[in-house]
Amino acid sequence: MDKIPDNRAWWLVLPVFLLVAFSALIPLMTVVNYSVQDIFGPGQAYYVGTEWFKEVLTDERLQASLVRQFAFSGAVLLIQIPLGIGVALMMPKSGIKGSLCLILVAIPLLIPWNVVGTIWQIFARGDIGLFGWAINQAGIDYNYTGDTVDAWLTVLLMDVWHWTPLVALLCYSGLRAIPEAFYQAAEIDRASKWAVFRYIQLPRLKSVLIIAVLLRFMDSFMIYIEPFVLTGGGPGSSTTFLSQTLTTMAIGQFDLGRAAAFSLIYFLIVLLISWLFFTAITHADKEK
Amino acid sequence: MAEIQLKSLAHSYSANPSGPDDYAIRQLDHVWHKGGAYALLGPSGCGKSTMLNIISGLVQPSEGEVLFDGKRVNELSPRDRNIAQVFQFPVVYDSMTVFENLAFPLKNNKVPAAKIKTRVQEIAEVLEIEDKLHKKAKNLTADEKQKVSMGRGLVREDVSAILFDEPLTVIDPQLKWKLRRKLKQIHEQFDITMVYVTHDQLEASTFADRIAVMYDGQVVQFGTPTELFEVPNHTFVGYFIGSPGMNIMEVERCSGGVRFDSTEIRLEPWQLEILGAMESENVKIGIRPEFIELSPVSSDGTYAAEVRDVEDLGTYKIVTVKLGEQQMKVRQSEEFDAGVGSQVNLLFPGQWLMLYVDEFLVQEQQ
Repeated sequence: MDKIPDNRAWWLVLPVFLLVAFSALIPLMTVVNYSVQDIFGPGQAYYVGTEWFKEVLTDERLQASLVRQFAFSGAVLLIQIPLGIGVALMMPKSGIKGSLCLILVAIPLLIPWNVVGTIWQIFARGDIGLFGWAINQAGIDYNYTGDTVDAWLTVLLMDVWHWTPLVALLCYSGLRAIPEAFYQAAEIDRASKWAVFRYIQLPRLKSVLIIAVLLRFMDSFMIYIEPFVLTGGGPGSSTTFLSQTLTTMAIGQFDLGRAAAFSLIYFLIVLLISWLFFTAITHADKEK
Repeated sequence: MAEIQLKSLAHSYSANPSGPDDYAIRQLDHVWHKGGAYALLGPSGCGKSTMLNIISGLVQPSEGEVLFDGKRVNELSPRDRNIAQVFQFPVVYDSMTVFENLAFPLKNNKVPAAKIKTRVQEIAEVLEIEDKLHKKAKNLTADEKQKVSMGRGLVREDVSAILFDEPLTVIDPQLKWKLRRKLKQIHEQFDITMVYVTHDQLEASTFADRIAVMYDGQVVQFGTPTELFEVPNHTFVGYFIGSPGMNIMEVERCSGGVRFDSTEIRLEPWQLEILGAMESENVKIGIRPEFIELSPVSSDGTYAAEVRDVEDLGTYKIVTVKLGEQQMKVRQSEEFDAGVGSQVNLLFPGQWLMLYVDEFLVQEQQ
């Protein structure tokens, strides 16, 4: 077949270009636009350069919120990844029991975020919530609306309950993909359960774990609704994470310039950390 | 090292076997003696791999017992039976190096590090992969991976037995021959009981002292390569061993012998006596192409046949002849020069003419 060079073919890219522009570029550029201007009202906008960025980066309230956010995401990963692997390892391999387990494990994933927040808000109350009441009955003083540590633990527990199933399901699918021959060979080689996990299962879970870590990092770093419904960010600002700080700034105070600069920094942090993690992992793989 | 005994063993993969066709292994008794090199030979789907997996403990037999040195091991896992097995397709632990792969079974057995090192080195030298020891196992080629797989089976010194399940399938022919010799050497050096599953008779006879031929879930003959060739105990052995296989003809009884078409074949008196005592109508005779002789003159004991085809295989010729309505193969030396269509006189020496009733050989009682 003869190929006819004709640059008009580039026009065929136009629909995709428009679609991407409307879905991603134009909204993002609006934020960029806000972040470099100070707007007092319609027609009263002044170009301020990087001023908002400087202010945001030195804002102590935001810095505290960022530290809390890292602490939260770190705790989420440290708990949910090992726990998810553990749950996946204990789930039955097949049959009716396996299917039943899958459904039970998946249920929390199907519940809307604000419902999760509401469930835990009631469940953890000391007076009418089963969980809070039981803990208080056991002689432990527990009050998530008043005590910072209790509030933190409750938010973490809620997130673990809501999202560990995702890690577990990913790992379960990864485990099922390991051919039976490997287990047979390990059995013949007299490998202990730990050796099977360490040398056969874990290496073969690597790719699903990368996805699990990325998803859980991004999601937990952007968490908003659940703690907002559960604690409202309190007591004080002890469970106020980045997105809640941002929302307060953008909608509560209508401080659009500052909020836009903050949004961009927020976005870049997520992007940067995900990229660093992914590159480090794939790079380490190549070395060997 | 152990003597492995299978006692009225049978296995079916279905939960409620309703007839013999549901069995992968029909009831059998068999003994693998201590320190022997054995082959388990048979076509695909005859139950060889099932038998191997039952010995190693990966599969639980539905009936009968597996005994190691007289002790029942049915309930023991492969780990507790202390058995090594090499699979048909390579299984390497791809996150480890070749060294770590070979060291893995030893490490699991808590062998001291210094000992592991010398042992792994020794096995790597035998398999000629000592230059690959520090490579990641996942970057190896298919035959290197299979060598690593085999290495893991050979590296332990204290195993009850080593089982090989068609281990050379993925290896190219040149290397195949070499590795088979290696296995034989390892066997002579370490004197470990080895059972080698294969569907290739050449592979079986180069490796093993004794071969068990399996057919349709049964061991139909257990003997040396020579025995399998000279006295096939079952029509399947006759057909499967040898190239080409035995000439086997369905016959019916007649006075003084048996008959097919218009050809009457005389039998030995003891054969006639046994045949007379049996009722079955399923009677066959068999003779190997190597044992049919051609006589220059027609006489009382010869059968006139017509040459239909001559295949020259370089060092000998395979002649297809037609006797009555039956085609038969005859092996002849290169000097054979009769053309297609010419007449020859076949001679069936009595000692090589086998009589089969219900597929099994009729043997002279001693």
